[in-house]
Amino acid sequence: MYVAVKGGEAAIRNAHKLLADRRRGDRSVPALRLDQIVEQLALGVDRVMAEGSLYDTELAALAITQARGDMIEAVFLVRAFRTTLPRFGYTCAADTAEMLVERRISATYKDLPGGQLLGPTFDYTHRLLEPELAAGIEPENAETRETSDEAMPRVTDILANEDLIESDGDVAQDKPVADISREPLEFPLQRDARLQALARGDEGFLLALAYSTQRGYARSHPFVGEIRIGEVDLELEVPELPFPVPLGRIRVTECQMVNQFKGSAKAPPQFTRGYGLVFGQSERKAMAMSLCDRALRATELGEDVVAAAQDEEFVISHSDNVQATGFVEHLKLPHYVDFQAELDLVRRMRAEAEARANDSEHWEAAE
Amino acid sequence: MTADLDGVGGAFAEPVFGAQATFRRIMDAMARPGTTQKLAALPKPPARLSPAAAAVALTLCDHETPVWMDTALTVAEPVAAWLGFHTGAPIARSPAEAHFAFVSNPAEMIALENFAQGSQEYPDRSATIVLQVDSFDGGERLELRGPGIRETAEIAPHPLPRHFVEQWKQNRARFPRGIDLILAGPSGVVGLPRSVRIEHGD
Amino acid sequence: MHWKAGENALRQANMAVLARASAEQLSALWAKAGLDAEHEMVRGPETGLVTVRGRIGGGGSPFNVGEATVTRATVRLATGAVGHAYALGRDKEKSRISAVIDALWQDETLRPKLTERILTPLARDLENADAAKCSETAATRVDFFTMVRGEDE
Repeated sequence: MYVAVKGGEAAIRNAHKLLADRRRGDRSVPALRLDQIVEQLALGVDRVMAEGSLYDTELAALAITQARGDMIEAVFLVRAFRTTLPRFGYTCAADTAEMLVERRISATYKDLPGGQLLGPTFDYTHRLLEPELAAGIEPENAETRETSDEAMPRVTDILANEDLIESDGDVAQDKPVADISREPLEFPLQRDARLQALARGDEGFLLALAYSTQRGYARSHPFVGEIRIGEVDLELEVPELPFPVPLGRIRVTECQMVNQFKGSAKAPPQFTRGYGLVFGQSERKAMAMSLCDRALRATELGEDVVAAAQDEEFVISHSDNVQATGFVEHLKLPHYVDFQAELDLVRRMRAEAEARANDSEHWEAAE
Repeated sequence: MTADLDGVGGAFAEPVFGAQATFRRIMDAMARPGTTQKLAALPKPPARLSPAAAAVALTLCDHETPVWMDTALTVAEPVAAWLGFHTGAPIARSPAEAHFAFVSNPAEMIALENFAQGSQEYPDRSATIVLQVDSFDGGERLELRGPGIRETAEIAPHPLPRHFVEQWKQNRARFPRGIDLILAGPSGVVGLPRSVRIEHGD
Repeated sequence: MHWKAGENALRQANMAVLARASAEQLSALWAKAGLDAEHEMVRGPETGLVTVRGRIGGGGSPFNVGEATVTRATVRLATGAVGHAYALGRDKEKSRISAVIDALWQDETLRPKLTERILTPLARDLENADAAKCSETAATRVDFFTMVRGEDE
């Protein structure tokens, strides 16, 4: 049975007005500008861009403001906006080897060509709150040092020379690149579709799954081959010009996870790899993504699927926080009729159970 | 009305409203097969591509819809450039790969069965063919029946592909697979979705 | 339009500079350059999306990472020259000016002025910003050194 009821228009209107008021907060406190958010809450902006799957810092900042800092709500807003824009095409694949590097580290090679560049990292900070920030004291300018022209090859390319590590991943070339924003998911997925889903997946969910692989649920003996953060050039092929059009640069984080692999019927003993590539500076997300990518390759590499992180349908179907929040949060919408029906059912079952209990008491008494 | 020579001018004067209005007309044409739907906003495409066919292209094609053109349109060089610039649509390597096909010379057209017919699971993965015709009343009379037609409808488009009625019967027999046709005439469009049955008129 | 290979490379390089330029700086240089020409908007400026692609493992098969906003414009000058512009972001005025510059640049006699007054200053600033960023990153480079090990004595 479906019963439509009306009502609540005034309440909803006033609730939205109240939301706008509370969002603004105390009027004596200056309102935040978008450029302040872009500049000073940059990693929050990056997270909204990555999970909203839309690279546009100003829009992400607007979404964060509108969502009062609720990141999943902000991601939702960005995803919704995205659907209003026409699509011009697919860029040429960005070349991360040509990145303007802002940070680059490897946990496997100390002396790698191009060096280890820490960049603006939280690593090695003492995690002590800094009262100077609250006092509004301006920091000193960053140090500078002469740069070298040394190339920065990807660490995985260095290892590849020894043939002890698998090559970059290839999927069958006879079909177009998977696009989960155009085609519904059909399991099993190719790795390209999985990586697209992981790239916009919820950081917390992927982090927890990645952690689970380290704690023994699909252990993969991972090492960070390389993490690099920086800007890559984008180009687009268009019909009206005889060369790819440069679009400018975006910041991305790339993680090459290298995993020990004792070999299987399908592959020799070697290092295997998991890959992470995420919009913005999102090191934790890129690492989690690469661990999940590696875990999800279990079937391909002939490993037993024994843990949640290896279960493609489980991981990919639940990694999208917009879908997840939509389904969880819909429970708060009116379910009056559903519940009424359940209530009747439970009352009836209770009455029947009590009747049965009474009957058996009578029976026992009669005996 | 001047033909566009550099392949970039001559789109809808108001791109959004032009495409919206045309979409509505195409939808009505497919919902009411046989009726002529006048197109209010017409673009000015390069020669060979008719304004009505061009309006359909601007409305329905984009970078995800490979387009096939018949020989007459292919050799008219600015047409491909014009379509590419305004819609972003790639040129299909074969008729079977095309989502949309544009035919300026229906009488010389290859058989309908050469185009994508869709699959049982995804009948929508089939081609929509836009035929440029000179008129809707200068040819053989055709009687139409089927969904969207109260009893019968009549059109007499000219020119049409050879053995059109027989070809269409085969197309109809493949249902739910099969191609859809849009006839683009000087005054507007007529839709012939695959669900329509066509007989020779009396 | 038929271009020599070298011309294409130059035009592409100019477009790269314009795409990365800040809207404020471009507007300011453009206003000062006095090169504005009558033009009709053939398309746009309009904002849409491109799907950004990366490669599996950095160098393998392509996959889609996510979308980015892009604004594009196409103009035609009174001379008939057609100019295009594409750039990340949503700045329509930047897109329009960039398309006009692309169209003007096709007139060889205007190239020295365009280069001197607009393209070179923009490129210089972009290079300086890159260099500054690189030298800041370089200051965080780790210089490993090995401590003397006692048991080797």
